[in-house]
Amino acid sequence: MKKRDNLSIEEKTQTKYTLSEQIARERASYLMIAPYFILFFFFTILPVGMSMLLSLTHFNMLEPPTFIGWDNFLKLFLEDDIFIIALKNTLIMAVITGPVSYFLCLMFAWIINEFNGKLRAFLTLIFYAPSICGQAYLIWKIILSGDRYGYLNSFLLKLGIIDAPILWFNTENYVMPLLVVVQLWLSLGTGFLTFIAGLQTIDKSLYEAAAMDGVKNRWQELWYVTLPSMKPQLLFGAVMQITSSFTIADVSIQLAGNPSTNYAGATVVTHLLDYGSVRYDMGYASAIAVVLFFLMVGTNKLVQKLLRRVG
Amino acid sequence: MKKKKGLKRIFHKEKQLNRSAAGNGLLFTLMVICGVLMALPLVMLTNNALKPLDELFQYPPKIFVKNPTMENFSDLFYLMSDSMIPFSRYILNTLIITGFGTVGHVIVASLAAYPLAKHKFPGKDFLMKLVILSMMFSQAVTQIPIYMVVSFLGINNTYLALILPAWQYGMGLYLMKQFMEQIPDSLMESARLDGSSEWNTFLHIVMPNVKPAWLTLAIFQFQAMWGNTGTQYLRSEQLKPLQYALQQIAAGGMARQGASAAVQFIIALIPIAFFLICQSNIIETMTTSGMKD
Repeated sequence: MKKRDNLSIEEKTQTKYTLSEQIARERASYLMIAPYFILFFFFTILPVGMSMLLSLTHFNMLEPPTFIGWDNFLKLFLEDDIFIIALKNTLIMAVITGPVSYFLCLMFAWIINEFNGKLRAFLTLIFYAPSICGQAYLIWKIILSGDRYGYLNSFLLKLGIIDAPILWFNTENYVMPLLVVVQLWLSLGTGFLTFIAGLQTIDKSLYEAAAMDGVKNRWQELWYVTLPSMKPQLLFGAVMQITSSFTIADVSIQLAGNPSTNYAGATVVTHLLDYGSVRYDMGYASAIAVVLFFLMVGTNKLVQKLLRRVG
Repeated sequence: MKKKKGLKRIFHKEKQLNRSAAGNGLLFTLMVICGVLMALPLVMLTNNALKPLDELFQYPPKIFVKNPTMENFSDLFYLMSDSMIPFSRYILNTLIITGFGTVGHVIVASLAAYPLAKHKFPGKDFLMKLVILSMMFSQAVTQIPIYMVVSFLGINNTYLALILPAWQYGMGLYLMKQFMEQIPDSLMESARLDGSSEWNTFLHIVMPNVKPAWLTLAIFQFQAMWGNTGTQYLRSEQLKPLQYALQQIAAGGMARQGASAAVQFIIALIPIAFFLICQSNIIETMTTSGMKD
């Protein structure tokens, strides 16, 4: 224990150590991260590495993969028209649902935090409900059913706005906006709960100090105290939002089908699943995953830069 | 206790300073309207579980049940008692897989997150970047390579095939690390001066301070583990989890519609119960104390 003491004093006076000295000094750190990173190597690094290599091969899951270089990528961008549609749809969905969902998570977490005790736990449950009830979005299948008994159709018919039921998910123009709406309804997931937890850890005395410094209402409090205090959570929420906004697929497949009418609901991931689990072309599916990966990494760089300016 | 309550009241008065009645009213109305929309799946699940068969098949479907009945549940329990292996075995499997998967992940991820958030050591930034980047690679294509790794490690068709991969999800590590970053350095410095070892500091200072974080992570992980049917790794019927058995019952076709509605209800109910336990703990512990230097 004494040794530790000396080290921490040393730390302040002397900052330069050789690499091996640094490693020796932080032995406890390496021991602590070891269990995680050993597993991480086996179940993430290796599989992702393998997938990246597979993207350069032709692999139908029956015969061993054969190396074909950049062919998958060339085909993806030059020959695959549906991929271009899927890419466009994904970008539109990500650009709309990403920021809006993120904002909704933050807003509802913050509002819920304004309520007290039991009511807060109850409200959290209600708003998190779509994320906890399995495939809750299937409820939209009933609401947006294409016959005259679908809730929306029967409502519009009653009002006399339409005179024949609309096949919501079979009409090209409606697919995208409806998927966006359903996706927004599903927004309050990981980010939302994290923000709620983040709001709980803010030091309450900061608010008292802010009130004395002339913060007048809750909106100022939000911008000057709350948001800067939860920056780590905001960064985390952004990463989670990117990973969910760019990988919208289940909702589209379940509601609009895969393939959807004239590919109106196709996204990069539905396209990937089409090749991966229907056509068994794993090489091509991996190439799609690699493109999507770089798309998300780029977006993440941009978003993290923006978020550093908050507060 | 009394003193705490007094403090709470003062703090509330202080907080009220920055709260207008109009603002309160506005927020409350907004929450009621949105709340109804968000509660829809819960309402639907509950009503379906209570519907007698003729109402389940009614066309057009109605949201609310007219003649509530517990028949669906008695059907389900009958089917359970009829299963190939005792149903309690499925429950035991789920307890093991979900229990170890959740608790283990929280421990392993927190343990790794602490040095990554608070210590300086070579390779730290690189490792963290690797974890965040890995979250952006589509899981749909890594399934097969993971299967190969699982086979290579010889843990195929064991509980470990589901538990070990679950311990290294990147999200958990990242979440814990972000929360731990907020703990004031002075807290740890003073513990160090008091002669506390790194492990001790982790257990008695770091973890209590990020309780909302690990309770939240537990919710996410529980949901993920609970939803896993394990069919790609578990071949022996004796190892399969409850989720699988319930879905098998629900998939029995037309005649099982009633039991299926009960299954959907139970599948949602368990994580909700877990969610409520965790959430109420988050709120209970943190209303009076924030992190202090």
